Amino acid sequence: MTKLLTLISRRSFLEGLNLSVGGLALGVFSGGLAVAANEASTAKGAPGLNPNVFVHVAPDGAVTIVCARSEMGQGIRSSLPVLVADELGADMARVTVAQADGDKVYGDQNTDGSSSVRGVYDDIRRMGATARVMLVAAAARRWKVKPEACEARDHAVFLRDGTRSLGFGELVAAASKLPIPKEQDVKLRPKSELRRAGRPMPLLDGPAYVTGTAVFGADIRLPGMLIAVVARPPVVGGKVVRFDATRALAVPGVKKVFELPAPKPPYTFQLWGGVAVLAENTWAAMRGREALDITWEDGPNASYDSTTYREQLTASIREPGAVARNVGDIDAALASAARVVQAEYHVPHLSHVPMEPPVALARVENGTCEVWAPTQHPQAARGVAAATAELPEEKVQVHVTFLGGGFGRKSKADFIAEVVWLAKEAGVPVRVQWTREDDVRHDYYHSVSAQQLTAGLDASGKVIAWRHRTAFPPIASTFGQATRPSPSDLQQGVLDLALSVPNVRAETCEAPPHVRIGWLRSVYNIFHAFSVNAFVDELAHLRGADSRDMLLEVLGPPRQASLQELGITALRNYGASVEDHPVDAGRLRGVIERVTAMSGWDARKAKGRALGLAAHRSFLSYVAVVASVVKDDQGRLRVDEAWVSVDAGTILNPERVRSQMEGSVIFGMSIALHGAVTMKGGVPEQSNFHDLKLVRIGEAPRKIHVDIVPSELPSGGIGEPGVPPVAPAIINAIFALTGTRIRELPVSRTLAV
Amino acid sequence: MTVRVRINGEEKELDVDPEMPLLWAVRDVLGLTGTKYGCGQALCGACTVHLDGQPVRACVTPIGRAEGHSVTTIEGLSPDGNHPLQKAWVELGVPQCGFCQTGQIMCAAALLAKKPQPSDKEIDQSLAGNLCRCGTYTRIRSAVKKAAGMSEE
Repeated sequence: MTKLLTLISRRSFLEGLNLSVGGLALGVFSGGLAVAANEASTAKGAPGLNPNVFVHVAPDGAVTIVCARSEMGQGIRSSLPVLVADELGADMARVTVAQADGDKVYGDQNTDGSSSVRGVYDDIRRMGATARVMLVAAAARRWKVKPEACEARDHAVFLRDGTRSLGFGELVAAASKLPIPKEQDVKLRPKSELRRAGRPMPLLDGPAYVTGTAVFGADIRLPGMLIAVVARPPVVGGKVVRFDATRALAVPGVKKVFELPAPKPPYTFQLWGGVAVLAENTWAAMRGREALDITWEDGPNASYDSTTYREQLTASIREPGAVARNVGDIDAALASAARVVQAEYHVPHLSHVPMEPPVALARVENGTCEVWAPTQHPQAARGVAAATAELPEEKVQVHVTFLGGGFGRKSKADFIAEVVWLAKEAGVPVRVQWTREDDVRHDYYHSVSAQQLTAGLDASGKVIAWRHRTAFPPIASTFGQATRPSPSDLQQGVLDLALSVPNVRAETCEAPPHVRIGWLRSVYNIFHAFSVNAFVDELAHLRGADSRDMLLEVLGPPRQASLQELGITALRNYGASVEDHPVDAGRLRGVIERVTAMSGWDARKAKGRALGLAAHRSFLSYVAVVASVVKDDQGRLRVDEAWVSVDAGTILNPERVRSQMEGSVIFGMSIALHGAVTMKGGVPEQSNFHDLKLVRIGEAPRKIHVDIVPSELPSGGIGEPGVPPVAPAIINAIFALTGTRIRELPVSRTLAV
Repeated sequence: MTVRVRINGEEKELDVDPEMPLLWAVRDVLGLTGTKYGCGQALCGACTVHLDGQPVRACVTPIGRAEGHSVTTIEGLSPDGNHPLQKAWVELGVPQCGFCQTGQIMCAAALLAKKPQPSDKEIDQSLAGNLCRCGTYTRIRSAVKKAAGMSEE
């Protein structure tokens, strides 16, 4: 990425910002953003310092910093630009944050994989540092001193002896005539000089959120625009046989009805097909859709039934699978073990259900295409829009609005393809609005899974053999032919699990897909963290050991586990090298020790209350959770308090790290207690929040305590790693409280919650 | 058909079907987009507005029901975003994605208007119909109390 970014010229910076202008002229984001775009458009002919696509210093000293990642609640707009400003020495009061369009000039914009800080930390600093070096060089020339005699801070360059200073604005004209320094000539500041990085930062968009002025996907209007609501095939792979639009067209406000082309597998980000009703307003479009008379052909997936599929998955994990990890001789060890313990775990399909359902706006005219969308992946959206509009990418602009939640759903560009196709067909701008029912019934579901864990214990109760079989239709099935997880899919909590066990094997088992499978916040870690932590807890209870002690024993001593120790030849490791981000048992132990100390684990025997513990490495971070579970006066189980300890290496904005951990507890509680999408006849049985339940405020713990481990190590992820340990911590607490072992999520299938 | 409604203090005459949900009248006809669509079935609270000061789910309230009445949306809650709830929300960093928050605030505002010092239970009950997928509930509780001038605990 570094290479890519340093190749970017000043010209492309201006072009890049110009791309934003169309969106910003219409959208009014949080006040400053629109202003920034206007300034940038006039900046094309005016002087200004544009060392790269991320930083612009205007002649009056106003600084614009581009945020290339999508804002979906993680607070990235409040965080990354501050790091750039720190490197630059800018005063945040004079900085405007501009939202980037989808464009390769920004490097990777995919706001996914908890990568927005960990992937770019030093590269993004360099963007600010480059501007600083140029401003300092300009000041040094003016004063006839060496650059080393100068420092940039408080939006100005100072002579280090304090005798002189020049504001950034005063230096722009001279600095912009200097050559852009080479990467090796741009020294990053020592971390001690970063004023705000690592400290709590204010929520940049807070005022816009609480006044309703933040612009989300459905909030932009274009003249002549129609609203589309689409009847999609109920079963994946289904098609329209025939339809009658007469009654739909009779609904006042309905203007057009189109049949969309049916997709062919693999479904990737293709539109879903079906029939679209376009109307003057959203309500008319919804009523028009209700009035459609459509005959569907469902296709082979109409046989998909969650009850029978669960049996199929269970049968699959009872047979040997493809070996993905192997240490020692598992078969011999199990045969010779004093005791063999086995348990099977099941987690159903889950749905993303961001509060903002998919929605997007497109205009296709005069050989150009313009899209406004809450997308996590602006460049994928651009590619899909270009293909759908049959235009080259340079004729396509994708403007990124605020996302009303993403959780992985809005990485998928299916709704972009849909709106672009409709806008092209209609010849007017179109906004496609998904209803909540559309969202629940046409998701890229989190994969359904079955797992079998088998442990061999010696006479003393020590674990000498560990076998983990896992079966789930993989995400790759949405993009190709896969019918079982690949070994690299198991990096998420199976391969990267340090175990102090001499005989280990992990196997992947057959699991053919019947729906579109996608990634949901923390992905396969959800079910792997669930089974592993639940199983260790089971072993602890069988042996009469403390669950924390058992977990620490199974993990073994603090160490960095090599690939050889893990019994694997490669680890995808979330795109990072194992040198930078080893599998560190010491760090996992560290968060376990901290969270149990913080929660009063050893004094936990309070009446009517039980604690449960779980810990997991994901997205290069280490998180341990303790959940406290009580029974309320109606006999329902409640999570009344939770503790989180997170070791994510270097932290950029601890305030948003805390909020992500708090949110992860609630998100994980929904998975543990309520979450499930089940299929019958190939169709989801759920449709809206009455039967797809999420945690509500009354169920939220009274307190969620968050502990952040101080660290200077390379940054790990934040958005996702808090989620995986939550469900197992809860079910372990439930066992401690009730003696009922939950091996199948959600808990509501077994106990009252 | 014409429906006469007072919206955020202004008399409006809307040429709409009185059956049109208030949500779509507010968003699509009046262009007030701070009120959000989340479920269409009064299950999530993202569309909460005030009808004569009472919180209602705009997605299931026909605009005809507001005929001759007064509707307040988030845009009309305060002149410049300085309602105590809005201030507390920003100070405590409540929003994550922000999408549900206008509905949360409208619901909480109706609570505080009726009950200036609500108990924890009253806060939970009043906001029981407002979903937040990001999981900001603990901060929402804190912000309501802060706006009410109550200390934590």
